[in-house]
Amino acid sequence: MDLDPVLLARLQFAFTVSFHIIFPAFTIGLSAYIATLEGLWIWTGTDRYHLIARFWTKIFAVSFAMGVVSGIVLSYQFGTNWSRFSTTVGNVVGPLIGYEVLTAFFLEATFLGVMLFGWNRVPPWLHVLATVIVAVGTALSAFWILSANSWMQTPAGHEIKDGIAVPVDWLSVIFNPSFPYRFAHMLTAAYLTTSFVVLAVGARYLLAGRHTEEARTMLRMAVGFIAIVAPLQVLLGDQHGLNTAKHQPMKIAAIEGHWDGSEPGAFHIVAWPNMHAERNDFAISIPRAASLLITHDPNGLFPGLKSVPASDRPPVTLVFYAFRLMILIGFAMVGTGWVGAWLWHRGRLFSTAWFLRPAANVWWAGFVAVISGWIVTESGRQPWLAYGILRTADAVSPVPAGIVLTTLILFIVVYAIIFSMGIYYINRLIHTGPTGPSILPAEHGLPSRPLSGAEEAAREALGR
Amino acid sequence: MEWYLPVIWAALIGIAVGLYVILDGFDLGLGILFPAFPSDRHRDLMVNTVAPFWDGNETWLVLGGGGLLVAFPRAYAVLMPALYLPVILMLLALVFRGVAFEFRWVARTSKPWWDLAFWLGSTLAAFFQGVILGGLIQGITVAHGEFAGGPFDWATSFSVMCGLGVVAGYALLGATWLLIRTEGDLAERARELAKLLILAVLAFMAVVSLWTPIASQHIAQRWFSRPNILFLWPVPLITALIAWAGWRWLDTGREVLPFLAAIGLFLLGYLGLVISWFPYLVPPALTVWDTAAVPASQIFTLLGVVFMLPIILGYFGFVYWLFRGKVREGEGYH
Ligand code: HDD
Ligand code: HEM
Ligand code: HEM
Repeated sequence: MDLDPVLLARLQFAFTVSFHIIFPAFTIGLSAYIATLEGLWIWTGTDRYHLIARFWTKIFAVSFAMGVVSGIVLSYQFGTNWSRFSTTVGNVVGPLIGYEVLTAFFLEATFLGVMLFGWNRVPPWLHVLATVIVAVGTALSAFWILSANSWMQTPAGHEIKDGIAVPVDWLSVIFNPSFPYRFAHMLTAAYLTTSFVVLAVGARYLLAGRHTEEARTMLRMAVGFIAIVAPLQVLLGDQHGLNTAKHQPMKIAAIEGHWDGSEPGAFHIVAWPNMHAERNDFAISIPRAASLLITHDPNGLFPGLKSVPASDRPPVTLVFYAFRLMILIGFAMVGTGWVGAWLWHRGRLFSTAWFLRPAANVWWAGFVAVISGWIVTESGRQPWLAYGILRTADAVSPVPAGIVLTTLILFIVVYAIIFSMGIYYINRLIHTGPTGPSILPAEHGLPSRPLSGAEEAAREALGR
Repeated sequence: MEWYLPVIWAALIGIAVGLYVILDGFDLGLGILFPAFPSDRHRDLMVNTVAPFWDGNETWLVLGGGGLLVAFPRAYAVLMPALYLPVILMLLALVFRGVAFEFRWVARTSKPWWDLAFWLGSTLAAFFQGVILGGLIQGITVAHGEFAGGPFDWATSFSVMCGLGVVAGYALLGATWLLIRTEGDLAERARELAKLLILAVLAFMAVVSLWTPIASQHIAQRWFSRPNILFLWPVPLITALIAWAGWRWLDTGREVLPFLAAIGLFLLGYLGLVISWFPYLVPPALTVWDTAAVPASQIFTLLGVVFMLPIILGYFGFVYWLFRGKVREGEGYH
């Protein structure tokens, strides 16, 4: 059998990284949400916030564990599967990942212990602080890893010596041209992803008539957040795209399915990009709309795919559709937020079944948008791994294809088990809901709880 | 090029790996010991002794791997493909044992399965770490600065021996850790096991130490040539002394000292390796200088290390201090 080691390495990396991003997308937002709830609890003294915070903390613990173990796999794959990548750009990308470990990973991982197990060992303010630190740690980790990724998209601050990228100016490396946009867009994406999970869980409880007090709080918080932040995300995405048009014109050409740069671009609502015939089949388009979006001029011109040889073009169909899926979800999010806010204003948010029913089923919206967004970003920069510096095909490790295939299959099997069990357990935690005594007798003079009580309640609730 | 930068980095990565081995060593060790503690009550207690720490402990592995990429990208690019299978298998084992920490609490009927996953994950992770070590000691085939061997070069009886040795060593760390954090029948059991494990670890250390110079000319030279041997002969002697002291402390019912003795054994084994191989990072072909990143990259990250490492150690210590003392039944979970 003739296996292509490059293709297999790509499939393996795409699989493991897509699996990983599911968890950061959720834990970055969830830690911030839990920190907010705990802050509100201290501030207002309302027990309900505390109860909700503890409920989400259990779910957070399960997701975080999956995020950590899948992340550790990735950091080693740079060496195992992309060793020539490490040699060629390791001098620039390595330190960014090093800083991520030093400033973010240790912070998250250490204070996670306090956040999960410290309820009866530290005073409430210190617990809130630990949770805030975990939330900041996850955002910092996004900062560094996105800086590394953005440098691969839009390299800056380096020079090439003997075929190897060498850093010259660290500030330009870190704050490379696409980084601010990517960081803002991704962080917002993570917060939106979490708020849709919170929205769905709240709506689910309301429909079932359980935990109604807590559910109302969750719903209000989620709807308020989405109504404001989802439109912001559309704006950020637009700016991100304009920036990409400057630095990675072929990515934009693929996103728009734009072949011929000598004519203004149409926005294709539906189309089947045909890479052989170099045109779109079955296109339904709005003439000149893409030009309007990208150049802010209906007659504006931007480079088309035909301006480079076929070997330098990204896989158009994948990028084209992944982008449309993300946009669709983005606008649906804006719609959800605004409709919800309007119902809230009318005092009908908690009783409108036609809103709650769909809302109870859209927990996946953010995850799908995040993965589609990354497919646009990563596939759209092909055939380059580090734009203009290193091609993906030249970055692969000298490992036989059969071995890569074997480990790919192992990854799929292991992750399938972990993922399905994880989802199953999270679902059960959600089903159990925020229960248990919310305030417990003071011990050691702390208004905190001897955990054994909570533990028993939790066990009982779980039926063990 | 500043010749000392790569040496500093080698020392830093050495410290990170050393801390990893000790810290994750004892929590992997608990997993390895699971079959010896069949009762659910004991297992819950054991897991609770490390539940707040394991994630932080494992992060040293990321620093070790990340540090290699930062400071010695060429070594990273040779070692990882050379040890491809054991590295990936170790990572997959760590996946299982990591999620088992959380899953076994929320599982109902499937809890025994997650206990099995915890045991197998911990044991295989330890085993493959030993195999990686063995593969490294044996030496790696390099041509034109790239790995040039086959995908199964690492699979020898020597590396399997190293794998088993690490499993025994981590189990010893785990058993002595339990003496500090638990009491009653659980601690008694751990004390019995620790004695057996000291003997096993000594046996493995002896076999590996004798085998290594046979497997590698270079190492034989380094240890047995004059004047080196005059300085080096105490190393095995001190090892034997520490093992003997550890045994005594176990006998006399000490709680903390046996753990320190176990750490001492690990550190001596580690020192032996450093003596054998420094300054080679990819033995027997590439030294720390051959594989170093450019000074600009090493200095930039070194600044971060100098600034952050004390802070990290500070809050690390804080969390260990916070969760000090014996764990009690029912205590602990979120
Ligand atoms: C936008 C955010 C983001 C992105 C793009 C990535 N990660 Fe990640 N990663 C996180 C955000 C994050 C996090 C929020 O910090 C995690 C996720 C779940 C977690 O639960 O901590 C984490 C955990 C995590 C860990 C474990 C850390 C620990 O021990 O605590 C490692 C080693 C990595 N990641 C490595 C990577 C690599 C090599 C990536 C790229 C290919 C990557 N991550 C993409
Ligand atoms: C976490 C969110 C991310 C997702 C979902 C993601 C997704 C993907 C996908 C789908 C591919 C395959 C593209 C293709 O082959 O057509 C890929 C490739 C790759 N990405 Fe990302 N990526 C993410 C973040 C990152 C980051 C932060 C980095 C680097 C710091 C990175 C580095 C790479 C590398 C090295 C490849 C291999 C080259 C290739 O397969 O084409 N990715 N990623
Ligand atoms: C309709 C509004 C949106 C627009 C115009 C938009 C635009 C873009 C563009 C142009 C990119 C590719 C940038 C590049 O690779 O250079 C991108 C990537 C991405 N998008 Fe969106 N997006 C929108 C909505 C969303 C939503 C709602 C989410 C998730 C909740 C999301 C998540 C992402 C992610 C995770 C990436 C990859 C990381 C990055 O490059 O930032 N986007 N988006």
